[in-house]
Amino acid sequence: MDRLLSLLLALLQPLALLAAAPLFTAVVGRFKARLQNRRGVPLKTPYRELRKWAAKEAVVARTASPLFRAAPYIVFASTLLAAAALPVWETASPGAHVADAIVLIGLLGLARFMLVLAGLDVGTPFGGMGASREMLVANFAEPALLLVVFTLAMTTHTTNIGAMAAATLHGAPVLRPSYMFALAALLMVAVAECGRIPVDNPSTHLELTMIHEGMVLEYSGRHLALMEWAAQLKLLLFAVLTVDLFLPWGLATRMSPTAWLLALPLLLVKLAGLALVLAVSETVLAKMRLFRVPGYLTLAFLLALLGLLSHVILESAP
Amino acid sequence: MIWLLLAVFTPLAGTLLLALIPRARMAGLANLALSALSLAGSLGLALRVLHRGSLHGHGFLVDPFNVYLVVLTAFVGLTTAVFSRPYMEHVHLAEKRVSPAGMRLYHSMYQGFLFTMLLALTTNNLGILWVAVEGATLATVLLVSLYRTPAAIEAAWKYFILCGVGIAQALFGTVALYFAAQHVLPPGANGLDWSTLYAIAPQLEPRVMVVAFAFLLVGYGTKVGLVPLHSWLPDAHSEGPTPMSAVLSGLLLNVALYAVIRMKMLTDAALAASRTPALAGHLLMGFGLLTFLTAVVSLHRRHDIKRLFSYSSIEHMGLMTFGFGVGGPLATFAALLHMLVHALTKSSIFVTVGHATHIARTQRIERIRGLIRTQPAVGWGLLLGVVAIAGFPPFGIFASEFLLLSATMASWPWLAPMLVLGLVIAFAGLFRNIQPMVFGTPPVDQQAVRANMLPVMLHLALVLSLGIVIPAVLSNWLGAATMLITGAALR
Amino acid sequence: MNLGTLPLVDQAVLVLAAMALFSAFALLAQSRLLAAIHVFAWQGFLVAAVAALTGAASRDPHLYLSAAITLGLKVLLIPWMLHRLLRRLSLERQADPLAYPALTLLAAAAIVVFADWVAAPVAQFEHSATRNVIAISLAIVLLGLLMMVVRRQALAQVLGFMAMENGLFLAAVASTHGMPLVVELGVAFDVLVAMVLFGVFFLQIKDSIDSLDVDRLSQLSASIERDEITEQRP
Repeated sequence: MDRLLSLLLALLQPLALLAAAPLFTAVVGRFKARLQNRRGVPLKTPYRELRKWAAKEAVVARTASPLFRAAPYIVFASTLLAAAALPVWETASPGAHVADAIVLIGLLGLARFMLVLAGLDVGTPFGGMGASREMLVANFAEPALLLVVFTLAMTTHTTNIGAMAAATLHGAPVLRPSYMFALAALLMVAVAECGRIPVDNPSTHLELTMIHEGMVLEYSGRHLALMEWAAQLKLLLFAVLTVDLFLPWGLATRMSPTAWLLALPLLLVKLAGLALVLAVSETVLAKMRLFRVPGYLTLAFLLALLGLLSHVILESAP
Repeated sequence: MIWLLLAVFTPLAGTLLLALIPRARMAGLANLALSALSLAGSLGLALRVLHRGSLHGHGFLVDPFNVYLVVLTAFVGLTTAVFSRPYMEHVHLAEKRVSPAGMRLYHSMYQGFLFTMLLALTTNNLGILWVAVEGATLATVLLVSLYRTPAAIEAAWKYFILCGVGIAQALFGTVALYFAAQHVLPPGANGLDWSTLYAIAPQLEPRVMVVAFAFLLVGYGTKVGLVPLHSWLPDAHSEGPTPMSAVLSGLLLNVALYAVIRMKMLTDAALAASRTPALAGHLLMGFGLLTFLTAVVSLHRRHDIKRLFSYSSIEHMGLMTFGFGVGGPLATFAALLHMLVHALTKSSIFVTVGHATHIARTQRIERIRGLIRTQPAVGWGLLLGVVAIAGFPPFGIFASEFLLLSATMASWPWLAPMLVLGLVIAFAGLFRNIQPMVFGTPPVDQQAVRANMLPVMLHLALVLSLGIVIPAVLSNWLGAATMLITGAALR
Repeated sequence: MNLGTLPLVDQAVLVLAAMALFSAFALLAQSRLLAAIHVFAWQGFLVAAVAALTGAASRDPHLYLSAAITLGLKVLLIPWMLHRLLRRLSLERQADPLAYPALTLLAAAAIVVFADWVAAPVAQFEHSATRNVIAISLAIVLLGLLMMVVRRQALAQVLGFMAMENGLFLAAVASTHGMPLVVELGVAFDVLVAMVLFGVFFLQIKDSIDSLDVDRLSQLSASIERDEITEQRP
């Protein structure tokens, strides 16, 4: 029975994330619109866009190599695999047995690597520009993300995300300075990784500022649909990761559908909360000029480092 | 107790009083009178301690170690005030480099500085000691920039920042010391009282004391002018008014060293049973020797006469620090004597230098020439002062340096040649600069100035007599201080 | 020591101390003077809050007084004085960017590790929850020192100096529940006088070199040992 349930879960969790990803993006957009006194687009718009692109013919540039065609599938697959590694409403997720936080970062790194190669492949100036900027962001963001994971691992003694969440759930609620810093760093890195304001603006195609859009500018049809879907999934993935690591209260710790019924609504509330936070910050902040992005990411890195140091200094027994 | 209050709090009253006296001439006289009163108080205190032993209570502690420094401080304070009156009047009225408000500030802060010095010496509380030493910086920093030239402001800024940074480390050390004490003392006891601390010093946790002493040494060492942190000292000495240089060199450095030695006494007691019982002494020796050698080399190629002598001060502070670091009764006795004779000699030299710069109207060594022809008293004063500071017999510095060398020969023979070599280099550095200033051909328009050479003569006479024979009173006194610091009597 | 077994007050003290450390980093990296003054005021507030909470945890009314002094001096009076000076010298929009930001921050992180190493023997003999704050306070002191070294602006150097004082106060609170009152008052008095003197100095420096960039105050170091010297006016 348990075997069956866990197999079901292994399939269900990533698929649910995949299905919910466009919705999450749409919810953030809706919150943002409301904050700016607009009505905003309907929540089903992202789904309709994906369907529209999927139906259209994929036009590929003459200079493109086979890599250009393969990239969308690799990016999509590795992001989905990363999603499969993530416990969503259940800490003992079957995928998490083989994949932990470092693997997750590696899979996202692979997706990014293919995205950057695809951006460079056609040889258009915007693709190259986007690619170089993406690597600039990645240079700072990835070490910071790893430091966040290490900081938490020092407290929970594991890098398995499910086990980390379970450790936080089982311990007494504690104010940990290191968690505070790590949370701040993770949020800042997530914003940069997902190409949101203030690092990148997903809703413009202004050549001076774009990063993500620059790389996928040459894509069309089903390729574009996969790329965009992967990007939406990545945003949701970071939101779920934040919940797992810092707000795990309510996650099911047993393999039982009844526990899932309790965990799911709580998860939705937490995700909605994170969407609101993101919407507010995007409304309040303006997009930064590109040369200030390293400063922003250095701050994120510093916060992660301070998290590590404050764990060592304040929280460990001599 | 009444003598103590008279000695310490007269300058405090003077600080307030002189801030109110608008007329510079009157303020100069009042400054003199107040310093004399303070000296009278300190002499009374010294007699009291001499006859009836240490004075202890109400937050004060006067023992043989600090009482002689109290008398020295009050004495140099008085003689410098004697010199400062005509000197500052000249600066104020003839050169017009200082405004009336500046003169008021000067006189008030002169007394304020004396107050902080005397408070730092007599207080029993190590926290108050810190506050007083920091207060001394605050009192003197505006005096360094009194002339408002860009160089003076830079010197004062450097002095302020560097000493502020240093003294902050000393406060951290004090906190660590207090922390160590709190683990031994019952609750309610004042763990910052030196007498309390000294009684329980052997029980203090050695590892905490090592950290505390390191911070205290860096902190107060900045004020002593120990080498990596000495760069404020020549600037502050050269740019401030000359009476300030005299008291800075003669008094402030001594008081900072006094603080270091008090801390060393605690650290030595705490570390006695540990694996590194002489750690504090070795640190002092290392820093002292480094300071001494650096300063000795720096004495060459100077262009500013006051900077020259401030490097000489650094050299001698290094020597004293080394002496205290060597430890043992003989070296400690020598260092104590050296503190005394150096303060007297150096303040007399700065007084003479003040007159010399008035005669030559510059501080540049190359332009000061032929003092002995223009004004023999100043020329001879400078010459004798330098002879004394270079360690020639029969002056007192020879005696203290000789004792220090013999102590070094006994315990660290391989360091003695370095000391001798350093003294020779220092001697050469001083004389190649001084000789033309005293004997050269004076410029045609050079004129004598009104100079009061009484303080110089008095100081040099004292140093000379100390070199020939140390009076029994003083040697008993220094012996008692040595006994206090090392726990062993001088044989 | 298990963090979870500590009372909530002690946990809050640790969090506040960590935030004070972060404020020291922010102060170091903040190039705009006005913002730096605000960061400094926040740091003072955090340190005062640590003192008040420690006082509440140990039922030590003396610490409330220390916290109040810090609040008045470091959070209100000194930032206000700096603010006024800034306006008087019309430096509100002045920025003083670090020459090597990444290198400086790396050095700062190294300093934190160093502070932990130095304070370890001290913290070892304390059994209260706040012992590890000693390392944090030493780090704040040393970061203030670093700030005084890397900043060229006189006002930024003063902020570094004052941040050192904050660190020292935190050290006293964390290790010994504050110093005796007379010493604390003396230190507060010294800090206040130092601040007044700094104000006087700013005006003098501004008069003399028409800028508060201390690097331009290089006459002594550059010229004296070379050849020219400030002439005494006859």
